[in-house]
Amino acid sequence: MSQLVNRNQKKRIKLEGQVIRIIFFLCAIISIFTTVAILFTLIFQALSFFNEISVWEFLTGTRWTPILKPRAYGVLPLVSGTLLVTVIAAAVALPVGLFAAIFLSEYAPDKIRRILKPILEILAGIPTVVYGYFALTFVTPQLQVIFPDLLVFNALSAGLVMGLMIIPMVSSLSEDAMLSVPRSLREAAYALGATRFEVSLKIVVPAALSGIISAFILAISRAIGETMLVTIAAGATPRLTLNPLESVQTMTAYIVQLSLGEAAVGSLEYNTIFAVGLVLFAMTLIMNLLGFWVVRRFREAY
Amino acid sequence: MSIDRMKFSPKRQMRSFSGPALYMVCLISVLIGILGLAVLVIEVLSTGLPWLSWHFITDYPSRHPEEAGLYSALMGTVWLMGMTSVLTVPVGVGAAIYLEEYAPRNFLTRFIEINVANLAGVPSIVYGLLGMGLFVYWMHLGRSILAGSMTLALLVLPIVILASREAIRAVPSAYREGAYAMGADKWQVIKGVVLPSAIPGILTGTVLAMSRAIGEAAPVIAISALVYLTFIPSSPLDRFTVLPIQIYNWVSRPQEDFRGLAAAGIIVLLAILITMNSVAVILRNKYQIRSEE
Amino acid sequence: MKSQTPSPIISVKDLNVHYGKFHAIKDVSMDIRRNTVTALIGPSGCGKSTFIRCLNRMNDLMITAIVTGEVNYNDRNIYSSDIDATEIRSRIGMVFQKPNPFPKSIFQNVAFGLKVNGFSGDLDEAVERSLVQAALWEEVKDRLGDSALTLSGGQQQRLCIARALAVEPDVILMDEPASALDPIATVAIEDLVRELKKEYTIVIVTHNMQQAARISDETAFFMVGDDYCGYLVEQDETQKIFTNPSNERTEAYITGRFS
Repeated sequence: MSQLVNRNQKKRIKLEGQVIRIIFFLCAIISIFTTVAILFTLIFQALSFFNEISVWEFLTGTRWTPILKPRAYGVLPLVSGTLLVTVIAAAVALPVGLFAAIFLSEYAPDKIRRILKPILEILAGIPTVVYGYFALTFVTPQLQVIFPDLLVFNALSAGLVMGLMIIPMVSSLSEDAMLSVPRSLREAAYALGATRFEVSLKIVVPAALSGIISAFILAISRAIGETMLVTIAAGATPRLTLNPLESVQTMTAYIVQLSLGEAAVGSLEYNTIFAVGLVLFAMTLIMNLLGFWVVRRFREAY
Repeated sequence: MSIDRMKFSPKRQMRSFSGPALYMVCLISVLIGILGLAVLVIEVLSTGLPWLSWHFITDYPSRHPEEAGLYSALMGTVWLMGMTSVLTVPVGVGAAIYLEEYAPRNFLTRFIEINVANLAGVPSIVYGLLGMGLFVYWMHLGRSILAGSMTLALLVLPIVILASREAIRAVPSAYREGAYAMGADKWQVIKGVVLPSAIPGILTGTVLAMSRAIGEAAPVIAISALVYLTFIPSSPLDRFTVLPIQIYNWVSRPQEDFRGLAAAGIIVLLAILITMNSVAVILRNKYQIRSEE
Repeated sequence: MKSQTPSPIISVKDLNVHYGKFHAIKDVSMDIRRNTVTALIGPSGCGKSTFIRCLNRMNDLMITAIVTGEVNYNDRNIYSSDIDATEIRSRIGMVFQKPNPFPKSIFQNVAFGLKVNGFSGDLDEAVERSLVQAALWEEVKDRLGDSALTLSGGQQQRLCIARALAVEPDVILMDEPASALDPIATVAIEDLVRELKKEYTIVIVTHNMQQAARISDETAFFMVGDDYCGYLVEQDETQKIFTNPSNERTEAYITGRFS
């Protein structure tokens, strides 16, 4: 046999294998490269921004008018716009998503679950421009019946529709967490005379808590980073307010606005995009890391 | 034994009420999601269907709603999706192969995995900023489809990697062991045994990634900086627009008619998505049947 | 033979269980007397676990399970429509094969049943009493706040027993409680069962015949028929079953001709 496979051929095969390995390694490294590139791009341009505007003014200023005079560069209105919409979305999606998950994991027979779950997942697959359209053309007019003072662009519609959008994320992740609670724990509780209500809320949910909290955190992070929905429906007026009936501008919507504008590359206005982008990236990064950490650190043993 | 059951007041009536009450709350929650979806779909269909026509698909956008169409956006989408998939699939599959078959369990591997997981959660507009700074300006690719597709390729890369890893992991180790036992080296085993078995799963993952990419407007806006375009691309370095951006453009206009156009555009976009996902489901089922033979 | 026989605490009549189309156990009738330990023995798959789970309506949790016949507890059929299953389970408790403490503290584990059943007395005292009865108090009294999962396998099982005792049931069902434990822990459980029968009635499934012979007063032998259906072959005083069984199949099993 050894005469059939000559030495050169074997060497070639080995070399090929090693080259292939390096190629695949480079493919994997691209993920690190991407993260580094993102950080570099954001920080590099943001530094140009911070050369002219102090970090303190940026982080604590309450007016954001980088284009109109008198110019002000306080990012808080953008952050508050983002948070206002996010809080409304969370108020919708967290309870609804959690209870939907309880239904799917504790109450629904397998057949029903197999139909309902994919339908909810469809919500997650719809492009966000569609949600923006929905908020602007349907939800806002309906809400204006209840709240006559409601402006066409407002945080409430955007928040409610955003909540609808992230329901499947909350319910899917929470359900996974609840399904991994072993049956034996439920049986032990039933055997003591507990009702299904008690088993679900006093045994299953607490046992799955780290997964559920992680689901909440990741869904909130998604809401913070969402762009098209808020660009279309929430407005373009940076405003530091708690009133959801007013129009606000989120960090993401601002970035879109500037991208479509005429800001010259390298100008101060141009650099504001990256400064805001940096804040956005930092916020979502912290939340994502927090979400992963919660699950790892507090994962309940069974 | 004396049974002092007076110590226990199990409040059975209240407890038997709380059960159905919780059930109702949970059921309503599920229905909220489903109803929301239904209302959305019905609204889009009712507003958009009247505007859907053959000329809608083959005309360019126009200031006059009756003459407007989404041809340029459609072609832009086709170009962009084509180039994005060509870029992201080989890299994603390559990364998945490395992580599943070659990577040692050390800090670097773990770091790569953390990165992939994190990148999946980065807002898409941030990818747009990356594309702007890196591809459009630093690499001087301009506001071109090439820059756009490279950006989107990075955006959906985590999806391709995750799906491909699962597909590779699902290949039974018995197949691998059989191949090794014949004296094949690692790459030959992967090329000859693992990849062919994993291809259906990888294809499904690709379709999933493209479904995500096709609906992305934010990063593309940051790259192309255009919402209104009346020509179709003829080279990778041309400027372009895509379906979601065209929809955004129409939604932003105050006139009533443009809402109808936007809805029609949404119908087209959703139709494409449904087709893509049906293909993915069919592929997945075919794969399951094959592996059960 | 006991001379005076008050009515049995549990009396099963013509019990049949189907899982979907599969007939799991067939026409089982037996009595369980107060303050006794009744062992259920038989080869694997003969329906012992299915049977015992009927006694506290745990089979209700299986969607495909269909139970016909009567299970009378204190002369009332627990399967009649006006009986609430949760009430039955607070009077007929269960300990499982693999210890399944909740991922909570030792104290909270024992207190859970008390809270759920609306206990109005002194919680600390009740928890202590249960742990004493389960022969676990001395080992955990200084660390009631620790997670139950830090206990050893044998301790966890005694905790599960304490948890069941806390709601003061009449009957305790045990489904192979020692099979997942090491020999020393097994002895502890057996000693505990002998103690507990003074106040409670115990039904214990075991595949360990020596264990059945050691701790039970009565023994019921189950078997699988040719139709793959489980049925009760013989039930009698343990002494008699193991020395002079009436049924030849019982004798074959006891003497190890098959298992």
